[in-house]
Amino acid sequence: MPESEVDARTLTLEAFADTILPGEKRFPGDRSVAGEGKGGGAVAAGAIELLETPATGVTDALDFLSQTLDQKATEWAEEHDLTLDDDVPAFVALPFAERTTLVKTLLSRENPERDGWVLLTMFSNMAFDSAAHMHTADAIAAGHPGLLAMGMTAPDADGYWRFEQHSYRRQLAEPHPDTLPNGSLG
Amino acid sequence: MSNTERTDVLVVGSGFGGAIAAYHLAAGGADVTVLERGPWVKSEEFEHDYLLGSSFTRIFDFVVGNGMAILGGNCVGGGSNVYFASMPRAPRFIFERHGSIGRRMWPAGIDRDSLDPWYDRVVEAMPVVTQDWNDVTYAGGLWAAACNHSGRTANPLPVAVDVDKCVNCNFMMAGCRFDAKRSLLFNYLPAALAHGATIRPLHEVQKLTRTEDGGYRVHYRIVDEVDYRVLHDEGTIDAKIVILAAGAGATPVILQRSEPELGKMPHGVGRFFSGNGERLNTAAINEDAAREVLGLDRGDGVAYEAHAIGRGPTVASWDRLDGSLPEYDRYSLEQLYFPPGLGTILAQVPGGSDPTWFGPEKRAWLERWKSWLTIFTMSEDDNEGVFGPPPETGNSVRVSQQMLARGPLSYEPTANTLNGWAKSDAEVKEIFEKDGIADVAPWTNDVVGAYTVHPLASCRIGDDPETSALDDGHQVWGHPGIFVTDGSAVPGALTVNPAMTIAALAERAMPGIVRAAQERGVDVTYGAPAPDGSTSARRGSLHLVPGLVGQR
Repeated sequence: MPESEVDARTLTLEAFADTILPGEKRFPGDRSVAGEGKGGGAVAAGAIELLETPATGVTDALDFLSQTLDQKATEWAEEHDLTLDDDVPAFVALPFAERTTLVKTLLSRENPERDGWVLLTMFSNMAFDSAAHMHTADAIAAGHPGLLAMGMTAPDADGYWRFEQHSYRRQLAEPHPDTLPNGSLG
Repeated sequence: MSNTERTDVLVVGSGFGGAIAAYHLAAGGADVTVLERGPWVKSEEFEHDYLLGSSFTRIFDFVVGNGMAILGGNCVGGGSNVYFASMPRAPRFIFERHGSIGRRMWPAGIDRDSLDPWYDRVVEAMPVVTQDWNDVTYAGGLWAAACNHSGRTANPLPVAVDVDKCVNCNFMMAGCRFDAKRSLLFNYLPAALAHGATIRPLHEVQKLTRTEDGGYRVHYRIVDEVDYRVLHDEGTIDAKIVILAAGAGATPVILQRSEPELGKMPHGVGRFFSGNGERLNTAAINEDAAREVLGLDRGDGVAYEAHAIGRGPTVASWDRLDGSLPEYDRYSLEQLYFPPGLGTILAQVPGGSDPTWFGPEKRAWLERWKSWLTIFTMSEDDNEGVFGPPPETGNSVRVSQQMLARGPLSYEPTANTLNGWAKSDAEVKEIFEKDGIADVAPWTNDVVGAYTVHPLASCRIGDDPETSALDDGHQVWGHPGIFVTDGSAVPGALTVNPAMTIAALAERAMPGIVRAAQERGVDVTYGAPAPDGSTSARRGSLHLVPGLVGQR
């Protein structure tokens, strides 16, 4: 097991975020990031930093959620005759496919206790595609792996996006025959 | 604050329903106070930033219910600051809908012809303009070309946007930094202020009670300006007339919480909620097909790659808005843009393996984001939403400091609603897959259920108190002096963007509300021009006023 509970929590949450949007391993022997994605995933994008931001409303629940996740992983392993090594928390020790199936079960609309898992999922996702823990322009300038993977461009020098070229500038379909001069249907 | 203040008219909420009421009543001479739950954010504070705490999270709410999540405005100007400013009129057949009650659900006094003069007033006030093809963004143009390629029509949308000022930043949901979007901050609200109305931001109304003189006492809490989970002082204001316009996700909750002291609310309060039949599909455009099949080129050899460029929707296909089709088979298909986060998490990978909305394939799908194009279905749902018991305060239990909350709305789509979604999904797929234009899949409903950016009908107008909350003049059945003028009053789904219809209904309700105020001793007259002083639409609607004030 890791040296402290804080480390265990981080590892477990990293493994969850990596299940949502997987990335490549950060270093040889990276256990929480399973290495199923090309380039940086939710973890490299700052999922833990975002989850640890109190404005999300999920921060106070992270101890509970990570402990529950490891407990669910342990139960899952027992039910499916899997032996988990105890070098890392149980959820981290689960193979990637098993993590995915467990997370799907937790997020299922049939699970009455799904709210916490939905929150973890949303913020894991947002770390990657919105970098909600950073100013967007700063994130792009810093090479944020999610925003760059999506192809977001940098803003103008004053921090605002403007697209002077924005239109094909030609008629591309006939309007509905009942269209009135005011633009609505008659 | 212990002393109760007084005003003639208390307006709850400052979106379309509240702003229009505040303007007409203040211009007519009434003492008007507007309580707005959200902050008052000025143009120079609107940011291009997804950071938690930026204007993006300060001015709108995402309230997750059971089977339905609502996105709505939370600021002075309400939905008009976060909306995409598409302002089509509702099609003629909408007013004849039966919905879930087996007979016409709109009041007998309203149809498209009788609402048109009120639409005209909104056009003049905002103002609303038509777009030409030079204004249509790449995304709208591509959608038009794809529709045309499969024999369909497509229309540039009428909008409340000054297209010459627009920089096509696609940050509309964070408020318009460049004053291009004609929100209520540019017309009704400043005009109301000029006539002496008071707007108090960060005042969340909790409930109404009765006063001894037959008026109402409005109970509010002050909301912390940074952390909306924190409520500060409470206070009360007495008014002769109360106009609720807190949005379809909040107005019914205020009435529900008031019921123990005001007495039984009509059946329609907190029932018959409609999500406007909304549904989303996300496509990733095959750039080669866009070039070769549709003949598109941005001028630099790039065919599309323009998902980030634009201003929400600019083009819709209205072929299915055909009154001869059966109810629940009619819908519009509108090109749309949703920012990351909200606009990505629910998008499924076309043809992906389970799970389709997270995992390695989703990670790879996000790399095609530049070529994404989102299509928004607005269809006819079955008004199947019901609000459960109100939370302790507000309309939800707030989870995040801003934006994210858990609300009491339940929504289980009926077969009718699912039919519209399935048919529109199939049509979007047919359009995009013809000659390989794009790969497309609908958003998953597995995470938060369905979702709507156009909540409607949770306190709707009608002729029958058993199936509505408000009479034809927008007064709550059995509760004289309380009116509702926001999206909750709209009887059902509209198959198009509803802001125009919400605003037109609010304009139509004003003569009757002014008359009710007069009857309660308020020194007020009806007849204000458009907020900029224009009068042609006022002349056009004048002949309808006697019929409307006669109702009171």
